[in-house]
Amino acid sequence: MANTKTNSKVKTKNAVEITAKGIMTVCAVIAVFAVFSITLYMILKGTPAFVKVGVPELLFGSVWKPTAKVPSYGIFNIILSSIVGTGASVLIGVPVGLLTAVFLTDIADKKLSSVVQPAVELLAAIPSVIYGLLGLMLLNPVMYRLEKLIFAGSETHTFTGGSNMLSAIIVLAIMILPTVVNVSASSIRAVSGNLRAASLALGATRLQTIFRVVIPAAKSGILTGVVLGIGRALGEAMAINMVAGGSVNLPLPFNSVRFLTTQLVSEMGYAEGLHRQVLFTVGLVLFVFILAINLLLQRLRKKATDNE
Amino acid sequence: MNKNVTTTALPSSLSFGKKRPAEVLLYGLIYFCAAFTVILLAGIIIYVLVRGIGQVNFKFLTSVTSVVKGTVGIAGNIVNTLLIVIITMLIVTPVGVGAAVYLNEYAKPGKLVDIIEFATETLSGIPSIIFGLFGMMFFGETLGLGYSIITGSLTLMLMVLPLVTRNTQEALKTVPSSYRHGAVGLGAGKWYTIRTILIPSALPGIITGVILAIGRIIGESAALLFTAGSAKALPKSFVDIFRKIFRSGGTLTTQLYLSATSEGDFNTAFGIAVVLLVLVFIINLLTKRLAAKYDVTKKK
Repeated sequence: MANTKTNSKVKTKNAVEITAKGIMTVCAVIAVFAVFSITLYMILKGTPAFVKVGVPELLFGSVWKPTAKVPSYGIFNIILSSIVGTGASVLIGVPVGLLTAVFLTDIADKKLSSVVQPAVELLAAIPSVIYGLLGLMLLNPVMYRLEKLIFAGSETHTFTGGSNMLSAIIVLAIMILPTVVNVSASSIRAVSGNLRAASLALGATRLQTIFRVVIPAAKSGILTGVVLGIGRALGEAMAINMVAGGSVNLPLPFNSVRFLTTQLVSEMGYAEGLHRQVLFTVGLVLFVFILAINLLLQRLRKKATDNE
Repeated sequence: MNKNVTTTALPSSLSFGKKRPAEVLLYGLIYFCAAFTVILLAGIIIYVLVRGIGQVNFKFLTSVTSVVKGTVGIAGNIVNTLLIVIITMLIVTPVGVGAAVYLNEYAKPGKLVDIIEFATETLSGIPSIIFGLFGMMFFGETLGLGYSIITGSLTLMLMVLPLVTRNTQEALKTVPSSYRHGAVGLGAGKWYTIRTILIPSALPGIITGVILAIGRIIGESAALLFTAGSAKALPKSFVDIFRKIFRSGGTLTTQLYLSATSEGDFNTAFGIAVVLLVLVFIINLLTKRLAAKYDVTKKK
């Protein structure tokens, strides 16, 4: 960045120069303004419901009946579903993603990686509604069959037709895969070849080298990928809205569930009054989660660059 | 780290050439995961094509779904998508490039730069549904633009701004500082240098950022549902296009979502999916071509 310092000998700045600089500055400040106003709006619109419903009832109430005669606005199950769904999808997506990254960096020859690498990139490019559509058409019928098998004699289980937590977790795991692969692969690639050579020279096998030397050395980069994946899973809305069903329940595998994001997608269109305000609060809760993840991410990135 | 290596060094060198069962299993897992990615992509493409390709024909692409006329088509959604892409890019390109130029050429390291960098980083981490919510509240309600293409475009502009800024910054960093010194030495002002030397040199990077942003917009849905709305009518005349900017307009993704959920019209949904897949794959190819052609941007 220091290379951009040119000591302009022309001290007489004319009007054009000053205007140009002014405009560029304004452009750069727009991002700050955007983040500031988004934060402000989320807080302004999201907090009134806390006052009207009460913090414990809202955050820890588990009954969601916004349109009933005596409405109840507990979003605890929604928050829980988002956490469980994100956590489970990361647990599935990260190992698969990490192994794929290892394949790309240390195992595949040029030919094989020239097939896998573009595949990962294209998976990242597919719009989320397409993932949703495929989940709806392919995953949900399978889930329904499983559901009928498992809960054959059950009288307490509400049948969902296959739109359930498990479908959402699978779709999310697939959707975070490219993020995890790309970020892990680039941090594994950045590990010095000397380290690999030293390990191999000491007699370690290729896999021992990868898993005991290379991956530990790349761990902060890989962690960044994991956190990015968490952020992506937590913020995903459309795809899981199409596969996870339409009622608020405890996040059990075969329950129809609502996430923070899907709650907004499916009810924002018609909600009014307090119901609408509570939805803004749902947005605020999501926003707080995302901000926390962003802060963690920036810490990690800084740590990664400090290590280099 | 070293401890692990030294303790395993001896036995593994003794069993040189033989693979242990655990290793074979691990190799199997690694190959399985890599194969899974490829098979998954192939499966998605094949399934979407099989279900949707029959739906895509000239009529589907050029007419509007209408019960009265008995037609099924996505022309209106294509026009809306195009309008949103064009308007968003018209706003975001100058702003994003301007921001990058400020950060790279004008700003001195300090508090303001830190804040701008932090904001850009934060902006790129905010999920699209939050942008949608904010766009609906701010552009739609506070500014009174309602559900309209301009509300959608302004919302998306904030969403893709970091993408354009970052790519331009990366490109500007690769412009040799001798260019700047040379221009100044010849008596050029800063703005003149930026306009005639730096931006043209950084153009491939800027274009890459723009194409990536277009790809992101084409695939976006959550941020548009409550900002741009879902209307699918075609503009009636050339002038009507400009009026349409202030009216509701559903993009391809929005229509796909509605077709697959509330409308239950899966043929249309798969037809749109085919169109979307073709579009995002073309964009992917374009960015790759650009990156390969101007390898300077990949040096980092």
